[in-house]
Amino acid sequence: MNIPTTYLLALSGVMFTLGVLGVLIRRNTIVIFMSIELMLNSANLAFISFARQFSELPGQVFVFFVIAVAAAEVAVGLALIVTIFKTRHSIDIDQINKLRG
Amino acid sequence: MASIEVGVNGGLFSFAPLIIFLPILGLLINIIVGRRFGERFTGAVACTAVGLSFAVAVLQFIALRGHPEGVNVMVADWITIGTLDVAWSLKIDTLSVAMVLMVTGVSTLIHIYAVGYMHEDVRFQGDPGRYTRFFVFFNLFVASMMVLVTANNFLMMFVGWEGVGLCSYLLIGFWFEKGEDGIGNAVAGKKAFITNRIGDFGFLIAMFLVFWQFGSLEFDQVFTSAQAAGAAVGGVATAITLFLLLGATGKSAQIPLFVWLPDAMAGPTPVSALIHAATMVTAGIYMIARNHVLFELAPFSSTMVAIVGGATALFAATIAVGQFDIKRVLAYSTISQLGFMVAAVGLGAYVAGMFHLVTHAFFKALLFLSAGSVIQGIEHGHHHIEHGKEATGPPFDPQDMRNMGGLRSKMKITFWVYLIGALTLSGIPPLAGFFSKDEILADASHANPAVYWLLAIAAFFTAFYMGRQILMVFFGKPRSEAAAHAMENPPVMTVPLIALASLSVLGGILNLPGVHSLTDWLHHTLEHVHAGEFNFIVAGFSTLLALLAITLAYLIYGRTKMKKGEPDPLRKILGPIFVGMHNKWWVDELYDLLIIRPYVALAAFFADIVDWRFWHDWFHDSVLARGFRGLAWWLSQAFDLRVIDGIANGLADVTKGVAARLRTLQTGYVRNYALSVFAGVILVLGYFLFR
Repeated sequence: MNIPTTYLLALSGVMFTLGVLGVLIRRNTIVIFMSIELMLNSANLAFISFARQFSELPGQVFVFFVIAVAAAEVAVGLALIVTIFKTRHSIDIDQINKLRG
Repeated sequence: MASIEVGVNGGLFSFAPLIIFLPILGLLINIIVGRRFGERFTGAVACTAVGLSFAVAVLQFIALRGHPEGVNVMVADWITIGTLDVAWSLKIDTLSVAMVLMVTGVSTLIHIYAVGYMHEDVRFQGDPGRYTRFFVFFNLFVASMMVLVTANNFLMMFVGWEGVGLCSYLLIGFWFEKGEDGIGNAVAGKKAFITNRIGDFGFLIAMFLVFWQFGSLEFDQVFTSAQAAGAAVGGVATAITLFLLLGATGKSAQIPLFVWLPDAMAGPTPVSALIHAATMVTAGIYMIARNHVLFELAPFSSTMVAIVGGATALFAATIAVGQFDIKRVLAYSTISQLGFMVAAVGLGAYVAGMFHLVTHAFFKALLFLSAGSVIQGIEHGHHHIEHGKEATGPPFDPQDMRNMGGLRSKMKITFWVYLIGALTLSGIPPLAGFFSKDEILADASHANPAVYWLLAIAAFFTAFYMGRQILMVFFGKPRSEAAAHAMENPPVMTVPLIALASLSVLGGILNLPGVHSLTDWLHHTLEHVHAGEFNFIVAGFSTLLALLAITLAYLIYGRTKMKKGEPDPLRKILGPIFVGMHNKWWVDELYDLLIIRPYVALAAFFADIVDWRFWHDWFHDSVLARGFRGLAWWLSQAFDLRVIDGIANGLADVTKGVAARLRTLQTGYVRNYALSVFAGVILVLGYFLFR
């Protein structure tokens, strides 16, 4: 079974678009986070696809870096969300606009 | 003129710098330890320094007998700028050594005399520190005079010229707290200094002209190139020599700058004897003799020199007749005799001038020192009477000849040496003054009859005022109690007097007619000199005049004894002429009217009107201060507040406005930012894809 790279890239593009839309549209912070994860993983998929296509190792290595960074980011991001929820009793992203100019 | 250069290995000549350095060493020792070791030490150091200097001068004399053409003794480089090359170099030739011998010799005797004289000063006036100060100045004077005399270039001579002027000033004002209104002596010192400055100005201008024309300040080079150029530099030589003459009139107290010398008698008597009779005032004559090459190129200047000398000789002699102050008579006599010397060098009789310079130094130093002895004898008498008594009435003047009389029996030694000095000055044969004065008169009689007559009449007056002085001081009855109690001075003062008296008697040997030792000696330096022949008519005539004058003085002052408080008998005979003589022909008043008052008025005008009102009040206050304040106001109000602040505030306003618009972009909605990022990504990617 040999899935063509084009398919994989198309899937990656769809995932990325869904992620972007999720970030732009949804107001729930946790959903936005999940959308960001979706975008990261679509990028991972693209890396893997090209690594397979050209039989190159660095693409796969990069994926590991991205996963590690994403894990750290989730840890920090979730901690922030918990703290924000504790103080404001809401995680609606539009409520958090104290930094407006 | 060709003289060899010697360095450190010049035999006896290499000792020459010691002539200058020994007095300097003496004064340094006295400055440092003089006060600690007291009077005897100070006096001994000062006398030894000058005495050794004299000994070195004798060594130079001996050395010169082998090299009569003279040498330049190099001491050190001084100034080297471009073509100007001035060295500290001593010119040891027959002319300078003749001066050096005379100056150091007379100085030594006067130093010894001063040891005694200044001791009395300390005794009666207190302040022993003055004793040291006096000898420091005295040694400094000898050193400066030696620099002047041994200089081998104009600049070094000028240094000595100024140095002796400074010492003269310091010593005239030695008793600076005395005199008229308590500042009279200081004023006299100032007068001497300022009058000399006018002469110094002439010397300086002459020096500049010399450098401009000949490109050198060294005597040898200047004279060589002047002789080579001959008549071609006649105009410049005339200018140079006229300015030199101005210098000589200042230093040697000739018309018109003679007025300082009589006032200079405010100094202690050894100062009058050394500086203002024997040595410093002859510097002008020496300088003219030294520059004889230039004067020979400028006949007009030489004639001027002779006329100035002759006029001064007669003019000062007439004033001397009308004076009552014993030292003032001698001061005017000095001016008159300097006039003889200046006339001699002006007539080209350089040897006669130098001869008279030397003999005059002997007998005038003798006369001054004897006068000092008289004054101190009278002061002794005065202190004797005043002892334990309150001073009453006007202050007693121990120098006024009207307070003297009959001192012959009280002060025997002083009387005899004074008599010798007076006869020498009057030109009685065979004393020194006879030979030297008659050499001048003999030269004048065929060189310039007008000058001869001036000098002959001056010689007549000379004999008259000396006769008058002797008769007033030593003969008759004492006209004051002080004179009645006068006492002879200790040997430290009388021995130098006797030495000088012998020199005055024997000085004529230097240049006896027919032998001409001084002429031969100076011939090596002054090339064109000729041995003046002895003229029996001239000599006989002047001797006759002198005897006539002395007889006349006896008839007026000696026959009838002058009494206390009686006016001068000459006043009855001459009337207003005597008043004129007594008031110095009002020269001081004339100068005061013609020069000093306009000058002071001009100075006041410059100070009050020009400096204060114009510059200070108007220019500084009105123009500068007000203008500056206006400018500052404009800068602060108009420029600083509007322009500078405008730029700064404008920038701030622009930034604020821009910021106010830009801050609306910052909505605070995370999704807005995310959309912006997305749009940015699309833009960047689109750019890379479709470019």
